[in-house]
Amino acid sequence: MCLGIPGKVVSLNQAEQWAVVESFGVRKKIGIDLIDEEIAPGDYLMVHAGYAIGKIDQMDAQVTLEMWEEILDAE
Amino acid sequence: MLSKAQETDAARQALARLLPLAEEAARRLGRRAVLMEVCGTHTMAIARSGIKSLLAGSLDLRSGPGCPVCVTEQRDIDKIIAMAGQPGVVIATFGDMLRVPGTKTSLEVERARGARVEIFYSPMEAVEFAARHPQKEVVFLGVGFETTTPALALSIAAAKSRGLTNYSVFSVHKLVPPVMRALLSDPDLNIDGLLLPGHVCTITGRKAFDFVSAEYRAPAVVAGFEPVDILEAIYALLKQITAGQARTLNGYARLVREEGNRKAKEIMAEIFEPTGAAWRGFGEIAQSGLTIRKSYADYDAAVRFPVEVPEALPPKGCACGEVLKGKITADKCKLFGRVCTPSSPVGPCMVSLEGACAAYYQYERHEV
Ligand code: SF4
Repeated sequence: MCLGIPGKVVSLNQAEQWAVVESFGVRKKIGIDLIDEEIAPGDYLMVHAGYAIGKIDQMDAQVTLEMWEEILDAE
Repeated sequence: MLSKAQETDAARQALARLLPLAEEAARRLGRRAVLMEVCGTHTMAIARSGIKSLLAGSLDLRSGPGCPVCVTEQRDIDKIIAMAGQPGVVIATFGDMLRVPGTKTSLEVERARGARVEIFYSPMEAVEFAARHPQKEVVFLGVGFETTTPALALSIAAAKSRGLTNYSVFSVHKLVPPVMRALLSDPDLNIDGLLLPGHVCTITGRKAFDFVSAEYRAPAVVAGFEPVDILEAIYALLKQITAGQARTLNGYARLVREEGNRKAKEIMAEIFEPTGAAWRGFGEIAQSGLTIRKSYADYDAAVRFPVEVPEALPPKGCACGEVLKGKITADKCKLFGRVCTPSSPVGPCMVSLEGACAAYYQYERHEV
């Protein structure tokens, strides 16, 4: 639950403060209300409980996603 | 088998530098240095990487109260289950609360008996659900640290702006700095350094943890979640220990700022205020919980659906409280692996993926 999962921005709606992100091939609508910086499609976000808490770089996102894939698979 | 920690060159190099330093720290202290992480994701990442066993000869790595489901008091679990029995109420929750055993039953058992329990990925989905089901009372279980609280705060703000009257939150949210003070003041623990939780610090900012080194003279490093991040953070802690220094450093500057996430802090402060809270294993800790402000009482499930439950004891034989304080490792619990397993958990530390007992069961069991 208290898991930070990175997602790649696929599309976004600045006016309504949401983005669709993809992680593990699954797309999810998340809130971007907490992000001060500019966001563009292709960016990576760290997501907690359905909300982005910060922007991250691609390398970080990939390594973290691999870790999650393995942890969640092992379950 | 090559462990994860050794997989990358960077990690291998970090490890090679780390070992002699850990030995030096042990010589200096006259015992192995005790480092603690207080983040469920660190618990999992460390267990999975094999870092702990690689360093076990010269370094004592412990898990602390980093799993929000695990630190939830037994009585609060019982209250949540009692709330699920109220007419018209739909309990909305993240998945891992479902199987947490209460004194007599769990949400999962109550759901099988007919209680409405819906699992959501995000509290915002629960707000949508409440909007679609105006005849139902949707109660979201607000269980989590600084990382989860902003999402719950935003859900209350959204329910208010949409004029919904059937959405509320049962807040057992907890704050990390106060429990760290409790850990650092515990004379039995002797914590020599702290790995600070990277995502909690993303919200609070690094500065919020300056007190660790300033007041308790313990070194602390904000750590990311890749093996190399964790190794670097351990290295930075050992460096300080061997040099007799104590500073609160940021090893995760990619995401963590000095002041944290401004918007998240604002929305949290708008909806919630600090209050005393009971933690499993620790008991009451002043100003360590978050309650919904009076001005948002309409969205406070504790006000709208008051339930009373008797004093509750943790499950018989479960040593979760000691595990959460870092006093024992999971395998020292008599029930571990025999009576208590992920498929039939006795305590919350075995239920939640990020619980110390579950992580130990998954990754370290064969090494004991
Ligand atoms: S192994 Fe099970 S019973 Fe023992 S402390 Fe962990 S959760 Fe509790």
